[in-house]
Amino acid sequence: MNKIVKNAKEAVEGIQDNMTLMLGGFGLCGIPENSITELVKSDVTGLTCISNNAGVDDFGLGLLLHKHQIKKMISSYVGENKEFERQLLSGELEVELNPQGTLAERIRAGGAGIPAFFVPAGVGTEVAEGKEVREFNGKEYLMETGLTADFAIVKAWKADAYGNLIYRDTANNFNNMMASAGKITIAEVEEIVPVGELNPNEIHTSGIFVQRVFKAENLEKRIEFVTEQE
Amino acid sequence: MALDKNGIAKRIAQELQDGYYVNLGIGIPTLVANYIPKGIEVILQSENGLLGIGPFPEKGKADPDLINAGKQTITAIKGAAFFDSATSFAMIRGGHIDLTVLGAFEVSDTGDISSWKIPGKMVKGMGGAMDLVASAKNIIVATTHTDRAGNSKLLKSCTLPLTGVKCVKKIVTDLAFIEVTDNGFKLLERAPSVSVEEIVEKTDGKLIVEGDIPEMNV
Repeated sequence: MNKIVKNAKEAVEGIQDNMTLMLGGFGLCGIPENSITELVKSDVTGLTCISNNAGVDDFGLGLLLHKHQIKKMISSYVGENKEFERQLLSGELEVELNPQGTLAERIRAGGAGIPAFFVPAGVGTEVAEGKEVREFNGKEYLMETGLTADFAIVKAWKADAYGNLIYRDTANNFNNMMASAGKITIAEVEEIVPVGELNPNEIHTSGIFVQRVFKAENLEKRIEFVTEQE
Repeated sequence: MALDKNGIAKRIAQELQDGYYVNLGIGIPTLVANYIPKGIEVILQSENGLLGIGPFPEKGKADPDLINAGKQTITAIKGAAFFDSATSFAMIRGGHIDLTVLGAFEVSDTGDISSWKIPGKMVKGMGGAMDLVASAKNIIVATTHTDRAGNSKLLKSCTLPLTGVKCVKKIVTDLAFIEVTDNGFKLLERAPSVSVEEIVEKTDGKLIVEGDIPEMNV
């Protein structure tokens, strides 16, 4: 079993207009840079993108926004992006904001075959509008639904040809759940090691969830706010 | 004298107890980490996937794979753990976090909080705030008592879109330390040299003042 493909271009093959994509990362940490660059080149449009954030003006998902390739975003926090703001206010872009933990759990549930579940986040707020509210043990909860995608694109640190993945530090974030929720999951990784070299005890994402793996080239790994000791 | 941001953070830090797992929000709450009392051990959680936040990195040591929920570069302490976002919010939603400290635009005397959206201005999103306030066992709000125009931020009911309802337990402002009770705000302490009258005047919601109100020790 060999899931390794040559490059980003081969990895994103089959992504078409109006599809739903999941893209891993928190801010610019752990985002699939090469795949985003390839999507920008491809001119695919009308995308629904499920991603915690929307990148910044000139990096990450901001690049796709700039070319009007995204129709809708499902996110929890979309600050720090002027083009996003402009498109949202002008009505060019549709946005669904979810509480971050709800978004994470919707993706986890989708990947795990769970169509809906109940959470306390958002009860009594505008997030609750149109959603079923049910009481358990005297407390109110909202029904939220699982999310899946045509393609999930994740960024990992190490992978093998079976698609087993390990993430580094806080670059895991949404990647691990998203890997399980794509009909096709693409893993963009820093290093591909021979099968058997990853310690099975340390694998975060099992290969069963991953269909394509490629080694990323020239990662910029931009930092949004460099903060150091004075 | 009204407290500055660091003063508010110092007073909140006095509420920390040995063994606490704590989530600190962006802004004044982040400063609480600088005033953890000596002799106790507290572990800080970052909802993007880290238990055990350390200090900011030394010059030139910033790592793009290691950030906090405010997207700033940080370090991890010895004994830290990394995990995905679903696990992170299992810690939060499951009630495993002992204390959450966050900022607010408004707090009501029933414990409602508005902190994420000002209609007519750009909407940035709620991030993890709604999950945190809906599930935390103990929430302390860090805020100024009034906005820049002098309007009270401690209200009978919030006017801005809510982040959560009946969830705030305590509030530390530049003027006062307040508990949210079933009967409204209860004044526990006042900032050094700030009068009870000033706090009463600047609190729009129901404020209970019983007996002598001690000064904060900050």
